[in-house]
Amino acid sequence: MGLVLQHVTKQFGSFVAVDDVTLCIPEQRMFGFLGANGAGKTTTFRMILGLLEPTKGEITWNGERITYKHSHLIGYLPEERGLYPKLKVKEQLIYLGRLRGLRKEEIVKEMRHWLERFKIPQYEHQKVEQLSKGNQQKIQFIAAVLHRPSLLILDEPFSGLDPVNVEMLKEAVIDLQQQGTTIVFSSHRMEHVEQLCEHICIMHKGKPIVHGSMKELKRSFGKKNVIIHGELPFETLTEVPGVLKMEKTVEGVRLQIADEHVSQHILEHIYAKGFIRKFSLEEPSLNDIFIEKVGAAYEQ
Amino acid sequence: MNNKFWIVFAHTYMTKLKSKSFFISTMITALIIFGIGQLDRIIEAFSDNDQKTIGVIDQTNGWYEALQAQMQSNKEIKLVRHDENEEQAKKYVQTEKWYAYIVLHVKNGQPKVAYYAKNIADSDVTHEIEQALQQVKIAMMAKQIGLTYDQINALYAPIAIEKVALEKHAKTEEQLEQARAIVYVLLFAMYMFVLMYGSMIMMEVATEKSSRIMEILISSTSPIQQLFGKILGVALLSLTQFVVIFAVGYTSLQNSAMLSQLLGMEELPISLIAYGIVFFLLGYLLYAMLFAVLGSIVSRVEEVQQMAGPVTMLVVAAFIMAMFGLNVPESPFITVMSFVPFFTPMIMFLRIGMLNVPIWEITLSLALLVATIAFLFVFGSKIYRGGVLMYNQASSWKDLKRAWQLTKR
Repeated sequence: MGLVLQHVTKQFGSFVAVDDVTLCIPEQRMFGFLGANGAGKTTTFRMILGLLEPTKGEITWNGERITYKHSHLIGYLPEERGLYPKLKVKEQLIYLGRLRGLRKEEIVKEMRHWLERFKIPQYEHQKVEQLSKGNQQKIQFIAAVLHRPSLLILDEPFSGLDPVNVEMLKEAVIDLQQQGTTIVFSSHRMEHVEQLCEHICIMHKGKPIVHGSMKELKRSFGKKNVIIHGELPFETLTEVPGVLKMEKTVEGVRLQIADEHVSQHILEHIYAKGFIRKFSLEEPSLNDIFIEKVGAAYEQ
Repeated sequence: MNNKFWIVFAHTYMTKLKSKSFFISTMITALIIFGIGQLDRIIEAFSDNDQKTIGVIDQTNGWYEALQAQMQSNKEIKLVRHDENEEQAKKYVQTEKWYAYIVLHVKNGQPKVAYYAKNIADSDVTHEIEQALQQVKIAMMAKQIGLTYDQINALYAPIAIEKVALEKHAKTEEQLEQARAIVYVLLFAMYMFVLMYGSMIMMEVATEKSSRIMEILISSTSPIQQLFGKILGVALLSLTQFVVIFAVGYTSLQNSAMLSQLLGMEELPISLIAYGIVFFLLGYLLYAMLFAVLGSIVSRVEEVQQMAGPVTMLVVAAFIMAMFGLNVPESPFITVMSFVPFFTPMIMFLRIGMLNVPIWEITLSLALLVATIAFLFVFGSKIYRGGVLMYNQASSWKDLKRAWQLTKR
């Protein structure tokens, strides 16, 4: 069951923000939405939450349409960060938690646990406006997960955080997933999605141009990468048949090849032409897939 | 579901109640009310209790004595006869031995008075003297003509008009006076209430929106519950403030004549007050809803005033019409306006107070008002839901339409 989107379309006047999206997100999985700005990620999330009505199609969570009746099951971290600036962290979380159907004592318990985990217990009685942006974001994340939702929607959860905090939040997200939460999140940072998600969907101009399991995607993509470090005449490598792209790096080059057999030709080509410190054949990165797919969509 | 309404309601009430701005504004208003109640005492405390000595240079025959007799009861002004020259009198005024001096003389039976003082801004003194002289003049002239005291009184007796309404249920004059006072007080309260707390609600919504917490709120509770919770939370808050201010006002006015006049009414017209409360609440709901919806479409708190303008004008217009209507409650204009939902709370109430309005008219206007409020709640909560998701550079009334479209399929 899980979260099912069937032929979901959203039009604003004549503008099509989301165009015929059909997705199935199984329960207890981590699902990543990728896409440039304006690709329709936030609109899709808002439709899932019931904030916007889809023009066409239907969205169900375990077979039911999501309404305010389900609000205790759903956690949401919007892209636009915001809290009551004048309220203290505790008051704030109590209010938001109660709106999600929790009792005060439960909230305080959960809140202390999370503040402790994020290493900010000292902020419990401070006003939100006195907190740094990163800490505000942690508070907002706590607000989204306090009630242990079964479906958690995170819109750009890691944007604007420093690497240490990103790691902290990532760990929290992974833990939640392992405890059984279904997590849908969006990001334009490929590496985050790559690390966290088993399933992804790449949106472009409202259309899902790629979606499926990450492993499957990488395998079916076909193209691979070859990384070479060393002192060699790299220029001639582009002449090897099957080499699609060459990118210079600090220590050498990164080549995109049509399939893995091409790597052997490259190896022959560079053999004995200079000192090779590293030669490796790698899976394509999500970034490669994204650029390829979105680039192709641009050309259409 | 219902539970969440109470959460929003309690949250709105408690956070506002605890806020510094609420405490300060309540304190200041209470202080002002207390001050007004004590106004006479305050003025008394500040004014110098010294008697003002005024010299009189009398160039007439017997006027000074008459004037002196007339001014006897006045404790603030003391008259002193001055027989020396005017230069001396001037000196007395300049050295502040005297407050002022007057020169009295009579020409063809008409008194001519000149008043000299350091400054002539204090009209109280001249006014007192003028009144006293008027009396003296009448007495003097009457004596000249040979009129008796009774004849003078008869001449000045006011005309008494007894107003009798022929319609069976029309209000008696006394009832009308009483009704007018109640209507006036309630109209004014309604006006203040709607403007103050309406814009408070609008601010609240706009702040939630501009601080971007709205998206979380709206994903956890339905906009209708949020709207109701906020509007009623603020209503309770205003009630709290009113009770505080009223208590202060009551204590302050306890001994003053004004209050006893107000409360001294025999048999308060309960039905009128009941109508007042009904219209008051409905009017508040209507306008609070309008303000809340407008609050939802502004992107920044700074734009609140600009957007609130037209609705504020509507309230002001209703109030001005009501003030006008107090004198001519029967005018067709007022009758027509009392059916316009935005004006009904004030104007229909005024008509009920002043006239004998048929029940069907009251029912019709109430039905229209309730229907408008219901419509606004349905329509408004949709706009609210769309509006809070919309962020623009500059907000305008066109955004109402865009917000509406945003919630459509």
